[in-house]
Amino acid sequence: MIRELGLNDIVYLLEASRWTVALALIAILAGGVLGLIVAVLRIVSFKPANWLAIGYINLIQGTPLLGQLFIFFFGLPLFGIQIGAWEAAALALSINASAFLGEIWRGSLQSVSPRQWEAGAALGLTYWQRLTSVILPQAVRISIAPTVGYLMQLVKDTSLTALIGFIELTRASQILSAATFKPLQVYGLAAIVYFVICFSLSRLSEHLEKRTHAAR
Amino acid sequence: MNYNFRFNALAPYTGEILRGISLTLQLTCLTMAIALVIGLFMALARMSDNRVLNVAARVYVEAIRNTPLLVQLFIVFFGLPSLGIRLDAYLAAVIGLSINVGAYASEILRAGIQSIRPSQVEAGRALGMTAGQTFRSVVLFPAVKAVYPALASQFVLLLLATSVVSSLGVGELFHQATFIDSRTYRSFESYALITVTYLVLTLGFRALFSLVYWLVFVRRPRA
Amino acid sequence: MPLVEITDIHKSFGKVDVLKNISLTVEKGEIVSVIGRSGSGKSTLLRCINGLERVQSGRIVVDGMEVTSPATNINALRERVGMVFQSYNLFPHLTVERNVTLALKKVRRMSNDAARDIARTMVAKVGLADKLGAYPDELSGGQQQRVAIARSLAMQPTMMLFDEITSALDPELVGEVLKVLEELAREGMTMMLVTHEMNFAKNVADRVVFMHQGNVHEDGPARDTLIEPRTPELRSFLSAVLH
Repeated sequence: MIRELGLNDIVYLLEASRWTVALALIAILAGGVLGLIVAVLRIVSFKPANWLAIGYINLIQGTPLLGQLFIFFFGLPLFGIQIGAWEAAALALSINASAFLGEIWRGSLQSVSPRQWEAGAALGLTYWQRLTSVILPQAVRISIAPTVGYLMQLVKDTSLTALIGFIELTRASQILSAATFKPLQVYGLAAIVYFVICFSLSRLSEHLEKRTHAAR
Repeated sequence: MNYNFRFNALAPYTGEILRGISLTLQLTCLTMAIALVIGLFMALARMSDNRVLNVAARVYVEAIRNTPLLVQLFIVFFGLPSLGIRLDAYLAAVIGLSINVGAYASEILRAGIQSIRPSQVEAGRALGMTAGQTFRSVVLFPAVKAVYPALASQFVLLLLATSVVSSLGVGELFHQATFIDSRTYRSFESYALITVTYLVLTLGFRALFSLVYWLVFVRRPRA
Repeated sequence: MPLVEITDIHKSFGKVDVLKNISLTVEKGEIVSVIGRSGSGKSTLLRCINGLERVQSGRIVVDGMEVTSPATNINALRERVGMVFQSYNLFPHLTVERNVTLALKKVRRMSNDAARDIARTMVAKVGLADKLGAYPDELSGGQQQRVAIARSLAMQPTMMLFDEITSALDPELVGEVLKVLEELAREGMTMMLVTHEMNFAKNVADRVVFMHQGNVHEDGPARDTLIEPRTPELRSFLSAVLH
């Protein structure tokens, strides 16, 4: 049955966009924890750990996210782990995010001058104390802006989970478009919702970037 | 676990995979070429004194960068027909991808153009070089060197992003996974094989781009 | 027993020999200037003494601790040997006070109050009592370097190493840093400094070590050595830096 686009439909899209946001948040949190491990493995002075991290990053960044989504969606049940689209989406996006966040954070860590390590060493601080009191506080400050910038990328990436059937903003638009036969309006509306979320995040990222440069 | 992986069930579909690779490469190269042209015009528009051009270019870049590629493709393929513009899937994919990558390319090219220092141009002219010689040796070469790494990684990102147009039914590489899956019922093997194929392609292109960079920009003739 | 005893050390970076079989002792309370052209190995020598660089062979003993032995707790050694760098290396995310208290609290496990008291004393000593709450980028180079000295002194080291600490400063800021060093000299602090300040070397240091191509080329009382160099290499070095 063909019908007009109404307020209900807009509410439907907005409700679905909660899943878009939730998915992005889960991926940045879970991906963040994994990403921290990736960053550390990438910089410790132990070659096999570096190779492992580089291999992992290349594997994730060298394959399409869409492929990763389908592999988790169809792959895990083969190991007896019954998962739905939501779990597969959260898992694939988190793993994908860990590679990108790992690289962002490695860059932040390495942009702290090696002289800072030396200065800490010369004062008798242990390796761990140097890392936690001298290097990390500086690296965290540097990484805030690019991390928020990446969160915006993640929000856009969640749209691909529509293709494994997870009902977030894009999938909801497909459903609504099929029901109303108003694809231009429906996808246009979805684009506006994405725009509002992403534009706010990119502005926030720019703002934080300026603040970091101004801060000591 | 008692599942038997059977990748050899996919062997009869080598032809499909090769066709998919060929279409993916074709899509990637065509899109990149068009996107560079769009990007160059948009970069110039962004830097022009004309307010209308300037604002238009800015709106374009922001609109594209803040919305997902998939939604952009849906608007082109499913949305435009209601305005009477009907495109076949392949054409819609090329247009959607080009508009998308054009926005990113324009930012890269703008940074490249802005990296050229006017003092270099003056120095070139002061040495008695013609405008053409100056452009080639102190404008074009350094600018291309500055944008090359970003464009090379954009190319690899695009190669991966083309997988998304499988959702419009374009028979590129990722779509072949869906096709093989539907014939063999070996979902995991199909998607895993295709995903690894992408990995081989991206690693290959990265190596190629590094080699070209080394040949052109690092190992320069000293004479 | 000398405070620093260096026996036959050898250090190379890849194929380049930076230090070739150097032996040297420094007595307690002695002030030693290490001079030489860039690349002569003088900074590397200093960095070997607190273990920032590893030597390939030979022995370094500082205050009874063998730096070159893998069994030595190198962090414990560094508590006793202060070092100040050319580029100050203050922690940019911490105020002056917290730059000084960090190691006191982490390494010495002092309470906040005790650490703060020491920080105030030390920062006042280098003439910056009014800058305790400032961040490094709010200070001039000379002021930052004085804070770096205070940060090292706060650990109450047995000796101090200074690696070209005035080389990055604008000429008008060099004096205020040298004044702090003179004060330390009067208090009897054992010091080794790599420096290009020949007047300082002549007037404040007890001894001058001239390094040339990875060797100790001349070693003697500061005034005599600088006024009447024995080797042509030191003579040509001095005429290059003085004119």
